[in-house]
Amino acid sequence: MEPATTRHLRPDEIAQIGAICDAVGNDPHRMLDILLSVQDECRWIAPDAMQLIADRTGLSRIAVEGVASFYAFLSQTPKGRVTIRLCDDIIDRFAGMPQVVAAFETALGIKVGETTPDGAISLDYTACIGMCDQAPAAMVNDVVLTKLTPDRGAEIVAALQAGQRPEDLISDHFANLTPHDRATRQVENNIRHAGAVLLGPGSDRAGLENALTMTPDQIIGQIEASGLRGCGGAGFPTGRKWRIAANAEADRRIIICNADEGEPGTFKDRVLLTERPHLLIEGMTIAARAVGAREGILYLRGEYVYLRALIEETLEDRRNRGLLGQGIQGQDGFDFDIRLQMGAGAYICGEEGALISSCEGLPGEPKTRPPFPAVQGYLGLPTVVNNVETFCNAARVLDQGAQWFFDMGTEQSHGTKLFSVSGDCLNPGIYELPYGLSVRDLLVMAGAEDAAAVAVGGASGTMIARDQFDRRFGFDDLSTGGAVVVFNGQRNILEIVEYYMSFFVHESCGYCTPCRVGNVFLQKAIGKFRQGLANPEDIDYLKDLSGTIIETSRCGLGTTSPNPILSTLENFPLVYAAMVKPSQDRIRASFDIQSAIDSARHLAKRRSTIFDEDFSK
Amino acid sequence: MTGFSFTIDGVAVTAEDGETIMEAADAAGIYIPRLCDHEGLRHQGSCRVCTVKAGGRSVSACTQPAQAGQVVENETPHITKLRRDLVEMLFHEGNHLCPICEASGNCELQAMAYRLDMTAPTKFPYLEPCRPLDASHPDIALDTNRCITCGRCIRASQEIDGKGVFGYVGRGIHRRVAVNGADLADTDAAITDFAISKDVCPVGCIIRKGIGFATPIGEREFDSGLIGHKIEEKKRD
Amino acid sequence: MTEQRKARIATASLAGCFGCHMAILDIDERLIELMKLVDVDRSPLTDIKRFTRRCDIGIIEGGCCNEENVHVLRDFRRNCDVLIALGQCAIMGGLPAMRNAIMHSDAPLRECLDEAYITGRYIRNTTHNIPNDPALPLLLDEVYPCSEVVEIDYNIPGCAPSGDVIYETLAGLLSGKFRGFERDKIRFD
Repeated sequence: MEPATTRHLRPDEIAQIGAICDAVGNDPHRMLDILLSVQDECRWIAPDAMQLIADRTGLSRIAVEGVASFYAFLSQTPKGRVTIRLCDDIIDRFAGMPQVVAAFETALGIKVGETTPDGAISLDYTACIGMCDQAPAAMVNDVVLTKLTPDRGAEIVAALQAGQRPEDLISDHFANLTPHDRATRQVENNIRHAGAVLLGPGSDRAGLENALTMTPDQIIGQIEASGLRGCGGAGFPTGRKWRIAANAEADRRIIICNADEGEPGTFKDRVLLTERPHLLIEGMTIAARAVGAREGILYLRGEYVYLRALIEETLEDRRNRGLLGQGIQGQDGFDFDIRLQMGAGAYICGEEGALISSCEGLPGEPKTRPPFPAVQGYLGLPTVVNNVETFCNAARVLDQGAQWFFDMGTEQSHGTKLFSVSGDCLNPGIYELPYGLSVRDLLVMAGAEDAAAVAVGGASGTMIARDQFDRRFGFDDLSTGGAVVVFNGQRNILEIVEYYMSFFVHESCGYCTPCRVGNVFLQKAIGKFRQGLANPEDIDYLKDLSGTIIETSRCGLGTTSPNPILSTLENFPLVYAAMVKPSQDRIRASFDIQSAIDSARHLAKRRSTIFDEDFSK
Repeated sequence: MTGFSFTIDGVAVTAEDGETIMEAADAAGIYIPRLCDHEGLRHQGSCRVCTVKAGGRSVSACTQPAQAGQVVENETPHITKLRRDLVEMLFHEGNHLCPICEASGNCELQAMAYRLDMTAPTKFPYLEPCRPLDASHPDIALDTNRCITCGRCIRASQEIDGKGVFGYVGRGIHRRVAVNGADLADTDAAITDFAISKDVCPVGCIIRKGIGFATPIGEREFDSGLIGHKIEEKKRD
Repeated sequence: MTEQRKARIATASLAGCFGCHMAILDIDERLIELMKLVDVDRSPLTDIKRFTRRCDIGIIEGGCCNEENVHVLRDFRRNCDVLIALGQCAIMGGLPAMRNAIMHSDAPLRECLDEAYITGRYIRNTTHNIPNDPALPLLLDEVYPCSEVVEIDYNIPGCAPSGDVIYETLAGLLSGKFRGFERDKIRFD
């Protein structure tokens, strides 16, 4: 039998792929949509499929392969009709994922990474899918399952093997549910505290009507006066970004919403997308009005595909009500529409430039700066990229006024912030609270009084210890995209750090040397610490290598990936010091001769005359 | 075009609007180490060896536009150390065995290590990846053990040869240069391509069959001069 | 090192080809000068098998591919004040370490030996056995640079290092004036 990886396409598959390409006009910029559809239909991207897609879109095969091989949700080997993706985040692991994995492996008779012999079901790991508040979680094709247990795992496998579709696992009348019901049946919102701006009563009221009474310059003025800063983590002033794009010379401008919420431990955008989709779209529409854009893209991370129907319904509803499309609200010349772009499993696409690359149908690699996206972004056009929360905030600013927003929070951080709290706490979920709140206050609210370490900002953030719980959230002190991951005193700090480094190794795009290679070295070094095979000088080595990666990397991934190591070296130094093995007589204790000769001992079927002490007995 | 001036390590340099720091430095006879950049090809900024401090910020000199009055640091001990780390990373990422490599003496990676005083490449772990050798083409072989993913062949093939023989595939540590087909013989690569010429591949990955080890030790490109000396000699003229 | 007595030097070749020892002889006529400054203790050059006393400088050629290499290297570290890794194999494993890159299966060492003695395309081994005399030291799971096994004080790059760079390094260390290598003396081949 011909191996699957060299099999030629069947005529029906050729027709199918052709139709997929036709549906997007054979546009190479829609490569990600094409490949996602081919993956869905054929369950892999075969070499012949890449050639066919290349021919249809006018690209070379290697260009298609470059995209197909970049995204985790695209496969160059055949996958089952159902793909189970188990969330491999550290929170899921601590919540019992290893036992759940074992249950799936047993029930399916395969290991993670394999497909059942009948080609029905594949089992894979995936990076954080944004369900840390209801871990352990998994994706089954486009369906999300949360709070998994080993028993539930066995049930799921039995149901799938009995011919049920993934959506049947949620409800036996799934198709009749509204998109919102479908989403909330799969994933709980867990809103623990609703604040004044985004989640409280009346906060779905947005400011498009007010915006229509203003000039674009006045809208931008309002946003500037509100003090609103980007909520994805970097905190760039939103008004300034809009003004740069508005002032850039061009006849087309683009608004992009970054809903590629990939930071481990962050899930606030998931809740906004579920409960405030109109607010978000209205925020994007206001931005379009302000900068003079007619086209918008909402980039939704592949892991949130279960929200696709909800977003599409929202867009369609607004088109029908004249809030999107040609002549919005009857204003002649105010045209703006949005297309939904699905991601395909790549954390790096949360980076502005990488997100734009991905929208353009390219591998999700950050772009060279300058030029900055607000000047030359998507297809070289001035592009505003803002986070979901930022657009929602902008809409609320236009509704309630800049001063109202400005008066909340601190000197450098205005308004409220959505905190995604997860880990070792009684009440994981979303907390909308004004900036300036202390870590301790949030931990008390979340029922996490015995917290010993908190990862503020997730993997790329800062890991702080108890003595810093009085620090305050905000750009003045502890800036964060919203992740607050809580660990109690039982957790192994080095295990957490090693996980975060493996995450960055997996998610680095590989474009630049320090991030591609340096993070692998950091991961290996932490592995040595965990095994007790580190030399004392390895502590300085970690700091030194981290410094090089931060100083020479091309984008934010590399300039923040050493943070888990640097912040734990600073705040938990004993964890490292306890694991080093000093040399004795300058002979490295970190070199383990016994394990080095073990395989030879077995192969030769004899013991060592040098290193086996009982040799003479 | 309007000229302006800025400084590199305290030396005044003039530049035209739109020129990168590296372009201006080259014209002034100041060498900024680089591996992925190659004259005549699009600037990529991926190897990061050309990292300089411009106004205190780390930037890649090959992509960063020069600015009037800017203070650029190039060959400080700190930057040299960063560059040495990057070059060591490339050595440790692939399988670089200079003693058996036909590019030895003409290799830019090796020459860069010499220039940056890399005498003890033992700080980082060796990743020792298992990488293929593609000898399918009658005139050309690819030993990807030595590839440093600089992508010069990709750009040369696209921009100069108008072909697209090479491209990047994969992500992260698995990102690599691949060919547009099952193997090199399956592509339209030709020995006459600029992308295949000895100017393009900085290491011993792209091999022109039948002419290896032609130049004796002592007469190879970097036996007599440090990498970058050609640019630096301009300054002395 | 006191001026009253000659410095004592020891050398060993581990997983190397003896090329670096040959290179020591490339010092040529300066050997005579050098021998006025040093006594050579344990070394293949003297055929002294054990340290007769503590040495000032130990010179190691080759990395560690088997247990005996580790044993010898540790012995050198214990008995020498300053330890020099001479040549690419000692510094980074060198050609023997090529086996590390091809061994990625679950049983890498078995795969390597099978390839070398039984299944390799150009093997003519009529016994179809893998050598296993009790006198053969056990192989390590991979080839290690010396610095992973003991602390190394100086590395002299090259395959083999030139007589010049060896002489200048030794002369510099003996006189206490070694300040690193001149750029044009650094070679990896």
